[in-house]
Amino acid sequence: MRGRLAPTSNKWAFQVTENTRLQDFLGGIRSIAPLIAAVIPIGLVFGAVAATKGLSPAETGLMSALVFAGGSQFVAMDIWTHPTSWAGVGFAALLVNIRHVLMSASLATKMDGFSPRSRFASMLFLADEIWAMAEFRARVATLTPAWFAGLVAPFYLAWVVSGIAGAAAGAFLGDPVVLGLDFAFPAVFIVLVMGFWKGPETGAVLLVSGAAAVATQHFVPGVWYIAAGAIAGLLTALVAGSREKQEVAS
Amino acid sequence: MSVDLATLLAILAMTAATVLTRISGLFLIRHVSLEGSRRKAIESIPPAVLMAVVAPTAFATGVAETIACAVTAFAALRLPMLVSVALGVVSVAILRALGL
Repeated sequence: MRGRLAPTSNKWAFQVTENTRLQDFLGGIRSIAPLIAAVIPIGLVFGAVAATKGLSPAETGLMSALVFAGGSQFVAMDIWTHPTSWAGVGFAALLVNIRHVLMSASLATKMDGFSPRSRFASMLFLADEIWAMAEFRARVATLTPAWFAGLVAPFYLAWVVSGIAGAAAGAFLGDPVVLGLDFAFPAVFIVLVMGFWKGPETGAVLLVSGAAAVATQHFVPGVWYIAAGAIAGLLTALVAGSREKQEVAS
Repeated sequence: MSVDLATLLAILAMTAATVLTRISGLFLIRHVSLEGSRRKAIESIPPAVLMAVVAPTAFATGVAETIACAVTAFAALRLPMLVSVALGVVSVAILRALGL
Protein backbone atom coordinates (compact mmCIF):
# COMPACT_ATOMS: atom_id res chain seq x y z
CA MET A 1 0.00 0.00 0.00
CA ARG A 2 2.77 2.35 0.98
CA GLY A 3 4.51 1.52 -2.26
CA ARG A 4 1.57 2.86 -4.25
CA LEU A 5 1.41 6.09 -2.28
CA ALA A 6 5.14 6.69 -2.44
CA PRO A 7 6.45 9.29 -4.85
CA THR A 8 8.74 7.94 -7.52
CA SER A 9 11.86 9.51 -5.99
CA ASN A 10 14.57 6.95 -5.37
CA LYS A 11 15.08 7.95 -1.78
CA TRP A 12 11.45 7.21 -0.99
CA ALA A 13 11.48 3.92 -2.80
CA PHE A 14 14.56 2.89 -0.86
CA GLN A 15 12.91 3.75 2.44
CA VAL A 16 9.85 1.77 1.51
CA THR A 17 11.84 -1.40 0.74
CA GLU A 18 13.79 -0.94 3.97
CA ASN A 19 10.49 -0.67 5.77
CA THR A 20 9.07 -3.86 4.22
CA ARG A 21 12.28 -5.66 5.08
CA LEU A 22 12.01 -4.60 8.69
CA GLN A 23 8.35 -5.62 8.76
CA ASP A 24 9.29 -9.01 7.32
CA PHE A 25 12.13 -9.43 9.78
CA LEU A 26 9.81 -8.62 12.71
CA GLY A 27 7.18 -10.96 11.26
CA GLY A 28 9.73 -13.77 11.27
CA ILE A 29 10.61 -13.02 14.90
CA ARG A 30 6.93 -13.07 15.88
CA SER A 31 6.42 -16.45 14.21
CA ILE A 32 9.42 -18.09 15.85
CA ALA A 33 8.81 -16.55 19.31
CA PRO A 34 6.86 -19.48 20.82
CA LEU A 35 9.48 -21.91 19.53
CA ILE A 36 12.22 -19.83 21.14
CA ALA A 37 10.47 -20.18 24.48
CA ALA A 38 10.25 -23.93 23.86
CA VAL A 39 13.85 -24.32 22.74
CA ILE A 40 15.41 -22.63 25.78
CA PRO A 41 14.63 -25.55 28.13
CA ILE A 42 15.89 -27.94 25.44
CA GLY A 43 19.12 -25.96 25.19
CA LEU A 44 19.50 -25.93 28.98
CA VAL A 45 19.03 -29.70 29.09
CA PHE A 46 21.53 -30.16 26.27
CA GLY A 47 24.11 -28.04 28.13
CA ALA A 48 23.54 -29.93 31.37
CA VAL A 49 23.94 -33.29 29.59
CA ALA A 50 27.09 -32.03 27.87
CA ALA A 51 28.51 -30.99 31.25
CA THR A 52 27.98 -34.52 32.61
CA LYS A 53 29.97 -35.79 29.59
CA GLY A 54 32.88 -33.52 30.55
CA LEU A 55 32.36 -30.76 27.98
CA SER A 56 33.27 -27.24 29.11
CA PRO A 57 30.78 -24.40 28.55
CA ALA A 58 33.08 -23.15 25.77
CA GLU A 59 33.02 -26.52 24.02
CA THR A 60 29.26 -26.78 24.45
CA GLY A 61 28.75 -23.30 23.01
CA LEU A 62 31.07 -24.06 20.11
CA MET A 63 29.13 -27.22 19.28
CA SER A 64 25.75 -25.45 19.43
CA ALA A 65 27.04 -22.55 17.33
CA LEU A 66 28.70 -24.65 14.63
CA VAL A 67 26.46 -27.72 14.44
CA PHE A 68 23.15 -25.98 15.34
CA ALA A 69 21.16 -29.22 15.09
CA GLY A 70 19.69 -30.34 18.40
CA GLY A 71 18.86 -33.92 17.46
CA SER A 72 22.38 -34.78 16.34
CA GLN A 73 23.88 -32.95 19.33
CA PHE A 74 21.85 -35.08 21.75
CA VAL A 75 22.83 -38.23 19.86
CA ALA A 76 26.50 -37.17 20.01
CA MET A 77 26.19 -36.83 23.80
CA ASP A 78 24.70 -40.33 23.93
CA ILE A 79 27.76 -41.87 22.27
CA TRP A 80 30.36 -39.43 23.65
CA THR A 81 33.57 -40.98 25.04
CA HIS A 82 36.80 -39.46 26.34
CA PRO A 83 38.67 -38.77 24.13
CA THR A 84 35.82 -38.93 21.68
CA SER A 85 35.95 -40.47 18.22
CA TRP A 86 35.42 -37.76 15.62
CA ALA A 87 34.50 -40.36 13.02
CA GLY A 88 31.85 -41.87 15.31
CA VAL A 89 30.04 -38.65 16.18
CA GLY A 90 30.55 -37.30 12.66
CA PHE A 91 28.88 -40.32 11.10
CA ALA A 92 26.06 -40.24 13.66
CA ALA A 93 25.48 -36.55 12.82
CA LEU A 94 25.35 -37.43 9.12
CA LEU A 95 22.78 -40.13 9.78
CA VAL A 96 20.58 -38.05 12.09
CA ASN A 97 20.73 -35.04 9.77
CA ILE A 98 20.34 -36.82 6.43
CA ARG A 99 16.72 -35.65 6.64
CA HIS A 100 18.05 -32.15 5.96
CA VAL A 101 18.62 -33.23 2.34
CA LEU A 102 14.87 -33.65 1.93
CA MET A 103 14.13 -30.55 3.99
CA SER A 104 16.43 -28.26 2.02
CA ALA A 105 15.23 -29.71 -1.30
CA SER A 106 11.64 -29.01 -0.27
CA LEU A 107 12.33 -25.48 0.98
CA ALA A 108 14.56 -24.62 -1.99
CA THR A 109 11.51 -24.87 -4.27
CA LYS A 110 9.91 -22.04 -2.23
CA MET A 111 12.84 -19.61 -2.28
CA ASP A 112 12.25 -17.79 -5.56
CA GLY A 113 12.84 -14.41 -3.94
CA PHE A 114 16.31 -15.38 -2.71
CA SER A 115 19.60 -14.69 -4.45
CA PRO A 116 21.82 -17.79 -4.89
CA ARG A 117 24.07 -16.54 -2.12
CA SER A 118 21.29 -15.89 0.39
CA ARG A 119 19.77 -19.28 -0.42
CA PHE A 120 23.06 -20.90 0.42
CA ALA A 121 23.46 -18.86 3.61
CA SER A 122 19.87 -19.59 4.67
CA MET A 123 20.33 -23.34 4.26
CA LEU A 124 23.22 -23.31 6.74
CA PHE A 125 20.66 -22.46 9.47
CA LEU A 126 18.11 -25.09 8.51
CA ALA A 127 17.15 -26.32 11.98
CA ASP A 128 13.86 -28.26 12.16
CA GLU A 129 11.90 -25.48 13.84
CA ILE A 130 13.15 -22.77 11.47
CA TRP A 131 12.45 -24.95 8.46
CA ALA A 132 8.94 -25.84 9.66
CA MET A 133 8.02 -22.18 10.21
CA ALA A 134 9.44 -21.29 6.77
CA GLU A 135 7.34 -24.07 5.19
CA PHE A 136 4.21 -22.79 6.98
CA ARG A 137 4.97 -19.27 5.77
CA ALA A 138 5.49 -20.40 2.17
CA ARG A 139 1.94 -21.76 2.14
CA VAL A 140 0.34 -18.38 2.82
CA ALA A 141 2.85 -15.84 1.50
CA THR A 142 6.08 -15.47 -0.44
CA LEU A 143 9.07 -16.35 1.67
CA THR A 144 11.58 -13.47 1.79
CA PRO A 145 15.19 -13.41 3.01
CA ALA A 146 14.30 -10.80 5.66
CA TRP A 147 11.49 -12.95 7.05
CA PHE A 148 13.78 -15.97 7.13
CA ALA A 149 16.46 -13.93 8.91
CA GLY A 150 13.84 -12.98 11.50
CA LEU A 151 13.36 -16.68 12.19
CA VAL A 152 17.06 -17.47 12.34
CA ALA A 153 18.65 -14.66 14.36
CA PRO A 154 16.76 -14.95 17.68
CA PHE A 155 16.41 -18.74 17.48
CA TYR A 156 20.12 -19.27 16.84
CA LEU A 157 21.04 -16.94 19.68
CA ALA A 158 18.62 -18.67 22.07
CA TRP A 159 19.98 -22.12 21.19
CA VAL A 160 23.64 -21.18 21.67
CA VAL A 161 23.15 -19.12 24.85
CA SER A 162 20.84 -21.63 26.54
CA GLY A 163 23.33 -24.43 25.79
CA ILE A 164 26.18 -22.48 27.38
CA ALA A 165 23.99 -21.58 30.36
CA GLY A 166 22.99 -25.22 30.81
CA ALA A 167 26.62 -26.35 30.70
CA ALA A 168 27.62 -23.68 33.21
CA ALA A 169 24.74 -24.48 35.57
CA GLY A 170 25.27 -28.21 35.08
CA ALA A 171 24.16 -30.22 38.08
CA PHE A 172 22.28 -27.27 39.64
CA LEU A 173 19.46 -27.77 37.16
CA GLY A 174 18.36 -30.99 38.82
CA ASP A 175 17.38 -34.11 36.96
CA PRO A 176 15.78 -33.05 33.66
CA VAL A 177 13.99 -36.42 33.39
CA VAL A 178 12.12 -35.91 36.69
CA LEU A 179 11.10 -32.41 35.59
CA GLY A 180 9.99 -33.75 32.22
CA LEU A 181 12.21 -31.20 30.46
CA ASP A 182 13.73 -33.86 28.22
CA PHE A 183 10.23 -34.16 26.76
CA ALA A 184 10.25 -30.58 25.44
CA PHE A 185 12.19 -31.78 22.38
CA PRO A 186 9.70 -34.43 21.15
CA ALA A 187 6.78 -32.19 22.21
CA VAL A 188 7.96 -29.45 19.84
CA PHE A 189 8.15 -31.99 17.02
CA ILE A 190 4.62 -33.22 17.70
CA VAL A 191 3.22 -29.69 17.64
CA LEU A 192 5.00 -29.10 14.32
CA VAL A 193 3.68 -32.39 12.85
CA MET A 194 0.11 -31.40 13.74
CA GLY A 195 0.60 -28.13 11.85
CA PHE A 196 1.23 -30.04 8.63
CA TRP A 197 -2.01 -32.02 8.75
CA LYS A 198 -3.84 -31.74 5.42
CA GLY A 199 -6.23 -34.67 5.52
CA PRO A 200 -6.21 -38.46 5.01
CA GLU A 201 -3.19 -38.38 2.69
CA THR A 202 -1.13 -36.82 5.48
CA GLY A 203 -2.45 -39.55 7.80
CA ALA A 204 -1.13 -42.26 5.46
CA VAL A 205 2.29 -40.58 5.30
CA LEU A 206 2.44 -40.25 9.09
CA LEU A 207 1.38 -43.84 9.64
CA VAL A 208 3.98 -45.31 7.28
CA SER A 209 6.75 -42.97 8.40
CA GLY A 210 6.04 -43.67 12.09
CA ALA A 211 5.78 -47.44 11.62
CA ALA A 212 8.99 -47.59 9.58
CA ALA A 213 10.85 -45.48 12.15
CA VAL A 214 9.71 -47.62 15.11
CA ALA A 215 10.47 -50.88 13.29
CA THR A 216 13.91 -49.69 12.16
CA GLN A 217 14.77 -48.42 15.62
CA HIS A 218 13.76 -51.80 17.06
CA PHE A 219 15.78 -53.96 14.67
CA VAL A 220 18.68 -51.78 13.53
CA PRO A 221 21.19 -50.38 16.03
CA GLY A 222 22.11 -46.71 15.75
CA VAL A 223 20.04 -43.87 14.37
CA TRP A 224 19.06 -45.20 10.95
CA TYR A 225 15.41 -44.93 11.97
CA ILE A 226 15.13 -41.22 11.15
CA ALA A 227 16.25 -41.63 7.54
CA ALA A 228 14.22 -44.85 7.17
CA GLY A 229 10.99 -43.25 8.44
CA ALA A 230 11.42 -40.09 6.36
CA ILE A 231 12.07 -42.01 3.15
CA ALA A 232 9.20 -44.45 3.80
CA GLY A 233 6.84 -41.48 4.27
CA LEU A 234 8.06 -39.82 1.07
CA LEU A 235 7.64 -43.06 -0.91
CA THR A 236 4.08 -43.36 0.39
CA ALA A 237 3.30 -39.91 -0.95
CA LEU A 238 4.95 -40.71 -4.29
CA VAL A 239 2.93 -43.93 -4.68
CA ALA A 240 -0.30 -42.18 -3.66
CA GLY A 241 0.48 -39.37 -6.12
CA SER A 242 1.13 -41.66 -9.09
CA ARG A 243 -2.01 -43.68 -8.35
CA GLU A 244 -4.06 -40.53 -8.39
CA LYS A 245 -2.49 -39.62 -11.71
CA GLN A 246 -3.39 -43.03 -13.20
CA GLU A 247 -6.97 -42.65 -12.05
CA VAL A 248 -7.18 -39.28 -13.71
CA ALA A 249 -5.64 -40.70 -16.90
CA SER A 250 -7.90 -43.74 -17.16
CA MET B 1 37.41 -22.33 29.24
CA SER B 2 39.57 -24.79 27.39
CA VAL B 3 38.72 -26.56 24.16
CA ASP B 4 40.11 -30.07 23.92
CA LEU B 5 41.63 -30.98 20.54
CA ALA B 6 39.74 -34.30 20.19
CA THR B 7 36.52 -32.49 21.12
CA LEU B 8 37.20 -29.76 18.58
CA LEU B 9 37.81 -32.38 15.88
CA ALA B 10 34.55 -34.12 16.79
CA ILE B 11 32.63 -30.82 16.64
CA LEU B 12 34.16 -30.02 13.25
CA ALA B 13 33.26 -33.47 11.92
CA MET B 14 29.66 -32.99 13.08
CA THR B 15 29.62 -29.51 11.50
CA ALA B 16 30.89 -30.81 8.17
CA ALA B 17 28.29 -33.60 8.13
CA THR B 18 25.46 -31.22 9.02
CA VAL B 19 26.45 -28.53 6.51
CA LEU B 20 26.70 -31.18 3.80
CA THR B 21 23.14 -32.39 4.45
CA ARG B 22 21.79 -28.83 4.63
CA ILE B 23 23.15 -27.59 1.32
CA SER B 24 22.77 -30.78 -0.70
CA GLY B 25 19.05 -30.18 -1.20
CA LEU B 26 19.97 -27.10 -3.25
CA PHE B 27 22.03 -29.25 -5.62
CA LEU B 28 19.48 -32.05 -5.61
CA ILE B 29 16.66 -29.94 -7.04
CA ARG B 30 18.91 -28.83 -9.90
CA HIS B 31 19.26 -32.39 -11.11
CA VAL B 32 15.89 -33.90 -10.28
CA SER B 33 12.89 -32.43 -12.05
CA LEU B 34 10.05 -31.63 -9.70
CA GLU B 35 6.84 -31.53 -11.67
CA GLY B 36 3.33 -32.82 -11.18
CA SER B 37 2.97 -35.61 -8.65
CA ARG B 38 6.61 -35.33 -7.53
CA ARG B 39 6.09 -31.73 -6.63
CA LYS B 40 3.06 -32.79 -4.60
CA ALA B 41 5.03 -35.54 -2.90
CA ILE B 42 7.53 -32.92 -1.74
CA GLU B 43 4.70 -31.47 0.33
CA SER B 44 4.70 -34.67 2.36
CA ILE B 45 8.35 -34.32 3.35
CA PRO B 46 7.74 -32.07 6.39
CA PRO B 47 5.33 -34.39 8.24
CA ALA B 48 7.26 -37.53 7.19
CA VAL B 49 10.55 -36.18 8.54
CA LEU B 50 9.14 -34.88 11.81
CA MET B 51 7.19 -38.08 12.44
CA ALA B 52 10.27 -40.24 11.88
CA VAL B 53 12.19 -38.30 14.53
CA VAL B 54 9.46 -38.46 17.13
CA ALA B 55 7.91 -41.92 16.52
CA PRO B 56 10.23 -43.97 18.80
CA THR B 57 9.49 -41.59 21.69
CA ALA B 58 5.77 -41.63 20.97
CA PHE B 59 5.27 -45.37 20.49
CA ALA B 60 8.25 -47.28 21.85
CA THR B 61 9.64 -45.58 24.96
CA GLY B 62 7.08 -45.91 27.74
CA VAL B 63 3.44 -45.41 28.72
CA ALA B 64 4.14 -41.95 30.17
CA GLU B 65 5.75 -40.76 26.93
CA THR B 66 2.98 -42.21 24.73
CA ILE B 67 0.22 -40.56 26.76
CA ALA B 68 2.09 -37.25 26.94
CA CYS B 69 2.59 -37.32 23.16
CA ALA B 70 -1.17 -37.83 22.70
CA VAL B 71 -1.90 -34.95 25.11
CA THR B 72 0.48 -32.70 23.18
CA ALA B 73 -1.04 -33.66 19.83
CA PHE B 74 -4.63 -33.02 20.95
CA ALA B 75 -3.64 -29.76 22.62
CA ALA B 76 -1.98 -28.64 19.40
CA LEU B 77 -5.34 -28.88 17.58
CA ARG B 78 -6.75 -26.02 19.63
CA LEU B 79 -4.13 -24.34 21.79
CA PRO B 80 -1.12 -22.18 20.96
CA MET B 81 2.15 -23.95 20.28
CA LEU B 82 3.90 -23.06 23.52
CA VAL B 83 0.93 -24.04 25.71
CA SER B 84 0.79 -27.43 23.98
CA VAL B 85 4.50 -28.04 24.58
CA ALA B 86 4.15 -26.99 28.24
CA LEU B 87 1.15 -29.32 28.69
CA GLY B 88 3.19 -32.18 27.24
CA VAL B 89 6.11 -31.52 29.59
CA VAL B 90 3.86 -31.22 32.64
CA SER B 91 1.95 -34.42 31.78
CA VAL B 92 5.11 -36.45 31.27
CA ALA B 93 6.48 -35.22 34.61
CA ILE B 94 3.23 -36.14 36.42
CA LEU B 95 2.91 -39.54 34.70
CA ARG B 96 6.53 -40.40 35.50
CA ALA B 97 6.01 -39.34 39.13
CA LEU B 98 3.03 -41.73 39.21
CA GLY B 99 5.43 -44.47 38.14
CA LEU B 100 4.17 -45.02 34.59
